[in-house]
Amino acid sequence: MSSVTPELPPAQASLRASDDGIALRTESLSLWYGTRRALDAVSLAVPARRITALVGPSGSGKSSLLRCLNRLNDEVDGCRVDGRVWIGDTDAYAADTPVHELRRRVGMVFQRPNPFPLSIGDNVAYGLRLHGVRQRRELDERIEAALRTVALWDEVATRLDDSALDLSLGQQQRLVVARALAVEPEILLLDEPASALDPAATLRFEELLRQLAQRRTLLLVTHNMQQAARVADFTAVLHQGRLVEFDDTDALFTNPRQRLTEDFITGRYG
Amino acid sequence: MDRLHLSQHISRQFNSEIDDVRRRVLAMGGLVEEQIDAALHVLIERDAAAATAIRDRERSINEMELAIDERCTFILARRQPAASDLRLVLAVMKMLADLERIGDEAKRVARMAERLLGDEGSADLTAALAELGEQARGMLRGALDAFARFDGDLALDVMRRDRRLDGLYRDLNETLVARMQAAPERIPAELERLWCARSLERIGDRCKNLCEFVLYLVQGKDVRHSGLAKGE
Repeated sequence: MSSVTPELPPAQASLRASDDGIALRTESLSLWYGTRRALDAVSLAVPARRITALVGPSGSGKSSLLRCLNRLNDEVDGCRVDGRVWIGDTDAYAADTPVHELRRRVGMVFQRPNPFPLSIGDNVAYGLRLHGVRQRRELDERIEAALRTVALWDEVATRLDDSALDLSLGQQQRLVVARALAVEPEILLLDEPASALDPAATLRFEELLRQLAQRRTLLLVTHNMQQAARVADFTAVLHQGRLVEFDDTDALFTNPRQRLTEDFITGRYG
Repeated sequence: MDRLHLSQHISRQFNSEIDDVRRRVLAMGGLVEEQIDAALHVLIERDAAAATAIRDRERSINEMELAIDERCTFILARRQPAASDLRLVLAVMKMLADLERIGDEAKRVARMAERLLGDEGSADLTAALAELGEQARGMLRGALDAFARFDGDLALDVMRRDRRLDGLYRDLNETLVARMQAAPERIPAELERLWCARSLERIGDRCKNLCEFVLYLVQGKDVRHSGLAKGE
């Protein structure tokens, strides 16, 4: 682990004055898939216990950035990362940083709900068992707590042994969040988590995000501008692998500083 | 003139909806300008005939206000606009109220001017009222031009002109009060002139409001109740 204190990117220096702190930051983060550069020197500070939306056109590097933060890109052949990622004071790419511990601290939820073909209870218990929780009582308590947090407990309490695949899509996505939450991550990365949900399930899911952000830091990739505007405290705009703008969501959606941002959020061709 | 690139949406339908709103505001502004012209014609040229058309135009202005407001509501509901698109819709919805009230002030001036047709007054008073009217009309023209061209500098320039209009109003006010003190029998006529002057001065205030919304639209800055709004 490194004890070097990371600096804030200049564009976000105003965040220094806030007492919220920074949960995660990247410093000149670049990413290549083979010879193709997917991220270009991205320096971003993500405020703690807030929702930050990552928006940008397809291919702008949103999901690539997300996958760098808990080193999911390590699994991709030909992938190379340059720059730093700090999770709190931990250098995510330092040789002595254990990846499994990093991924416990930085959870991930994907676009399509991906429950394991196990029971509802075992889905939530999966990560806990992986991290050494064996006692039935503790498992039961933490399963219930996680399912209560995502407002799924009342719907599934009597059928924890049923297959998770029998749940509706909205319920499956909340189950997947519960699975991620069970190991108590500080940061939750969400890659278009509501894109497969119907409007009512989407709103319920967004409500859940607001609730989760009271205690955790959320970084949300979304293609839905209205969703970013509805739920995010801060919004970062990516274009061709570069960070174009980061700002308070209210400011960014009413008076963006960059023409690229304006064109993107208003649906102009630029 | 499209400094805000409002015609560059991927959706051509959205481009035309935005353009339609913009054109309708300018058309409504044109009618309001005609109301001021007509009111000044009655007041300065003592042409009673000009008052007749004012009532018809007022109906048109009111109808346009409702129609534009409705279109803005549809854009908000269907497009969920952001950034300059959002600022345009918000600015227009607020500008509509000021434009409609400028029209009302013009109608008021015409009504009072009709009551003054039998009163001779003085050449000086007529000249002072004419200057006040010209200033107010010029401010409206400037505000509409600033909106048409999305020109923040012009909007600022028009806002600064309000100080001159206020000065003219104060001077005329003093003159009229002095005349009333000197010849109490003239009080009813001079009061009508005072209220005319007051309406013209208020038109200037409302033009300043229009310019504040143009600045919000163009620069994203809300300058209401700021030093800028006071002409500083």
